[in-house]
Amino acid sequence: MQKITKNQLLDKAAELLDNGTVTAVLGWQKGEFDYDVTPALFENKEELFANFVWNDFCGANFSKYLIKHTRKVEGKILVFLKPCDTYSFNQLLTEHRFDREKVYAVGIPCEGMADIDKVKAIVGDGISSIDCGEKIKVTTIYADAAVEIDGKDVLEGRCESCKSKKHVAYDELLGEEGDVLDSNRFDEVARLEAMTPDERFAFWQNELSRCIRCNACRDVCPACTCEKCVFGNPKSGVENKSPANSFEEKMFHIIRAFHVAGRCTDCGECSRVCPQNIPLHLLNRKFIKDMNECYGEYQAGAEVGSRAPLVNYTTEDLEPGEVFDRRDTDA
Amino acid sequence: MRKCSLDKLQSVFAAVNEKMPIYLPANGSDGKAVYTKWAEGVELSDSLNTVRSPKDFFFPQTENMMEFKTEGKTIEIIDVRDEKEDFVIFGVRACDVKSFEILDRVFLTDPVDSFYASRREHGIIVAMACTKPSETCFCQTFGIDATEPMGDVSAWKTDKEIFFKANTEKGEAFMKAIEALTEDADTKEVEAQKEATKKILKKLPLAELDTKAFGGGKTSEFFNHPAWAELSESCLGCGTCTFVCPTCQCYDIKDFNTGKGVIRFRCWDSCMYSDFTRMAHGNNRNSQKERFRQRFMHKLVYYPENNEGIFGCVGCGRCLSKCPISMNIVKVMKKIGGETK
Repeated sequence: MQKITKNQLLDKAAELLDNGTVTAVLGWQKGEFDYDVTPALFENKEELFANFVWNDFCGANFSKYLIKHTRKVEGKILVFLKPCDTYSFNQLLTEHRFDREKVYAVGIPCEGMADIDKVKAIVGDGISSIDCGEKIKVTTIYADAAVEIDGKDVLEGRCESCKSKKHVAYDELLGEEGDVLDSNRFDEVARLEAMTPDERFAFWQNELSRCIRCNACRDVCPACTCEKCVFGNPKSGVENKSPANSFEEKMFHIIRAFHVAGRCTDCGECSRVCPQNIPLHLLNRKFIKDMNECYGEYQAGAEVGSRAPLVNYTTEDLEPGEVFDRRDTDA
Repeated sequence: MRKCSLDKLQSVFAAVNEKMPIYLPANGSDGKAVYTKWAEGVELSDSLNTVRSPKDFFFPQTENMMEFKTEGKTIEIIDVRDEKEDFVIFGVRACDVKSFEILDRVFLTDPVDSFYASRREHGIIVAMACTKPSETCFCQTFGIDATEPMGDVSAWKTDKEIFFKANTEKGEAFMKAIEALTEDADTKEVEAQKEATKKILKKLPLAELDTKAFGGGKTSEFFNHPAWAELSESCLGCGTCTFVCPTCQCYDIKDFNTGKGVIRFRCWDSCMYSDFTRMAHGNNRNSQKERFRQRFMHKLVYYPENNEGIFGCVGCGRCLSKCPISMNIVKVMKKIGGETK
């Protein structure tokens, strides 16, 4: 599915390590089964050539890792950024979360990433190998012949409504630049808005009832970068390690959605990592849609230094009463 | 051994449900299997296993232990315990059945955890043999036979029928409840299924993974292993691995101030969390590397050290498929135990 090849990325990384531009490379490391890819910091070429991987399962957004790694690594870090990752990258810079001087960002095109659950829904379980070429070729221990899948049929949910193939930040771009897309990403939100309040409540009650409060959504989120989260701080008074009841379940996710409102770039990592398949991104997307409608189009991370509508007072802003009245019409 | 045709399965559930609630893996609204209390219309899932392990039945994620009410200078202690009803968990896989033994060794040794003990006493486990293991399965590594799951009753499901064999007295009681719906069966089909599954198990990518390098007495060998830094480098510090794990057993006890009184509850804790085992003097594991190391040392070294060499992992593969960064016990074992692949 991907148009850019692993070798192109490896060559670029090797070149930048060799000429001393960077001292480490933030990339994807291969796992046991071709799809279980782990983010890794490669500090030399041997490691890089032995373990670096680029395929249709490299969904992880590295932007947040830069906070940790730029504090630790001497010299510059090469980071590979897919278009959607670059929005998180900019947003973190807006929030002064890492030193831009310590990063060499290489933009790479992305054709969308594959969801292993969707692959398994087609080929079944027991995967023995996955070869990501133009098609995704999967062999399993249960079938003699490999199955070829069109990547477009197994896209991650977030990639089905990709908002942009354009990189909004990089030092160097590999491959061709794309465009901001006219995405259908608000359709799902509109579907929820069309529900009655009771139906909507039931929808979220059902979804959030599965939450095991593992905090993966928070911990992967590039907008969640507090040094100590209130929900993990025993002194905060709201710390809780488990969803004690259905109120608690909802509170955590709703507070988190409020906290990242205006800063969430809609990268979709929250829903990708949720072990319980809760469509958490819809909470954030609802905020984005509301802000667009109330204050004009705004995309967090589209550029460094922009002020989100919620922290940027203008005299044209809606009056609180007008926001309240929207409730009866479409929210 | 007894059997019945699959189209009688709903009647089997109904018959058991007459006597006590029965929980089984059924597909939830997201299409994933989740243990669900049977009611008319609830169908047994075809999935290999549930996302959440069945440890919740004995060791729930949150559990109120007691309540306190104060009035003036008097304090009233209220018993809120409710774990006194018999129940059946149906369709537990061999790995998860083994996980109960691992939990038993923690909760049922002195001092016995009476909450856990009571639930365990009231629970009847009907285990289901596997026929289509996943690439993430490695129960064989821990000597578990997926074709012969233990539990109070062992069950085997073929295309048309389901076979039952009681292993314990509690199991006999279950068999009695469904006696009218089942008939005597020979073991031929079950044996054939076991043979077929065993061939598949040998083909699994992790079939050769072994535990030779690990066990009790290896603390000093592995504690300062240089690879912990690299293995834990990208760990998000979330609790997914610990919360989907059938053998993770750590918990925290806290008091919740309701304004009118206090509820003392316990909930699962995770060694991945920064305030895990935090004490008055502070925390004894200050980096994610140390917290990450704790989880794997516990399963591969400390637990066997204290439990006659038994490992604290059953190879269910949940952490392999659910870790947001795909870092897991298999990768740890291969890296620090020496590559066997």
